[in-house]
Amino acid sequence: MSDEIRLIEVKEDILADNDALAKKLREDLRKEKTFLLNLMASPGAGKTSLVIQTIQRLKEKLRIGVMEADIDSMVDAEKVAKEGVDAIQIRTGGFCHMDATMVKSGLDAMDTDRLDLVILENVGNLVCPAEFETGAIKNAMILSVPEGDDKPLKYPLMFSVCHALVINKMDFLALSDFDVEKCRQRVLKINPDIQIFEVSCKTGEGIEQWVAWLHDEVKAL
Amino acid sequence: MHELPVINSILKVVLKHAVDNNVKKVVAVHLQVGELSDLEDKWMQQYFDYLAKGGIAEGALLKIERTPVVMKCGDCGFSYVVDLKEDKAMICPECGSKKNTLISGREYFVKNLEAI
Repeated sequence: MSDEIRLIEVKEDILADNDALAKKLREDLRKEKTFLLNLMASPGAGKTSLVIQTIQRLKEKLRIGVMEADIDSMVDAEKVAKEGVDAIQIRTGGFCHMDATMVKSGLDAMDTDRLDLVILENVGNLVCPAEFETGAIKNAMILSVPEGDDKPLKYPLMFSVCHALVINKMDFLALSDFDVEKCRQRVLKINPDIQIFEVSCKTGEGIEQWVAWLHDEVKAL
Repeated sequence: MHELPVINSILKVVLKHAVDNNVKKVVAVHLQVGELSDLEDKWMQQYFDYLAKGGIAEGALLKIERTPVVMKCGDCGFSYVVDLKEDKAMICPECGSKKNTLISGREYFVKNLEAI
C-alpha cells in the first residue's frame, strides 16, 4: 500500500444520532399523551422556584412528574418532592447538559404513561443544553432580570430553540437597568414565534399567564 | 466541559470511517461548524489531541470551516445569511416579512478525512 494521502468522504452531522433519538422519544411521548417540557436557564435564574410555583398551580389539574438534572447533588429533587409530585434526580456527573439518551433513561425510571406532564429541569447553563435535543415537546427558558437584557445577543442559539421565555425576578426591575422592551426586541428578532412571560416567582406576579400557557399546551397534545 | 462530548462524537465518526476505509493514519479532518457554536478552534483541537491519543487519528489536524447562520422566510421562502450578533431587526430582504426560521448554523458536520 502506498503512503499517499487519500481523501475520504464522510458527510456526517455528529448531532444526527441525538436528533434521531430525540425525535423517536417525542413521537413515543405524543402517543402516550405525556407532555415533556425542557426547562433551561443559567444557575440561579429560578428554575426550581418556577417548577415549584408551576406544580402548586397545576397539581390538582394534571399528574406531574419532575426530572431534575444536576451535575452533582440531590437538593432540587428533595425540594420538589415536598410538593407531593414524583421527582427524580439525575446526576450528570460533570456533563453540562442532558442529551436524549439521558432523558430516555430518566423517563424509563418514571412510569410516564400515568403522567400528563413531565418537567425536565436541565443543567443550569445557556450554552450546551441548547445544542442537544432532549425529545421534549416544548422547550422553555428563564432569563432573570439581574442577568441583563443583553443575553439574547450572547446566547442566540438558546433563545432560538425555545418556544417560551419566562423573564423572572420582575420584582427586581426597579433596582436594575434591565430594559424589558429592548430585551423583547432582541429575542423576537432571533425567534419571532416565542411566547414571552414576565413573572416574579417571589411575588407570584405573572405566574398565572405562564401556567395557563403550559396547561393549554399540555391539553393540546 | 461541553467540548468533551462534542469532540468525542466527532472522533467516533472519524474512527468509524477510518476503519471502514482501512486507513493507517488520519492526517486531517475537515469540519464544518455552524457559527452558532461557541466552541473555539483552538480548544477543539486540544480536546481532539487529548481524546485521539494512542489511536489512528492521533495528531490529526482539524481543519475547521465556519458555516453561516441561514434563515428561511416563512412567507416567501427566500433563504438568506444573517449576523445574529448584530443588534438590528431581522427582516426578509426579499419581502420584508419578520417570520423567519433557522435552517442552518448549529451543525457539527464532518465533511471528509485526509488519510494515509
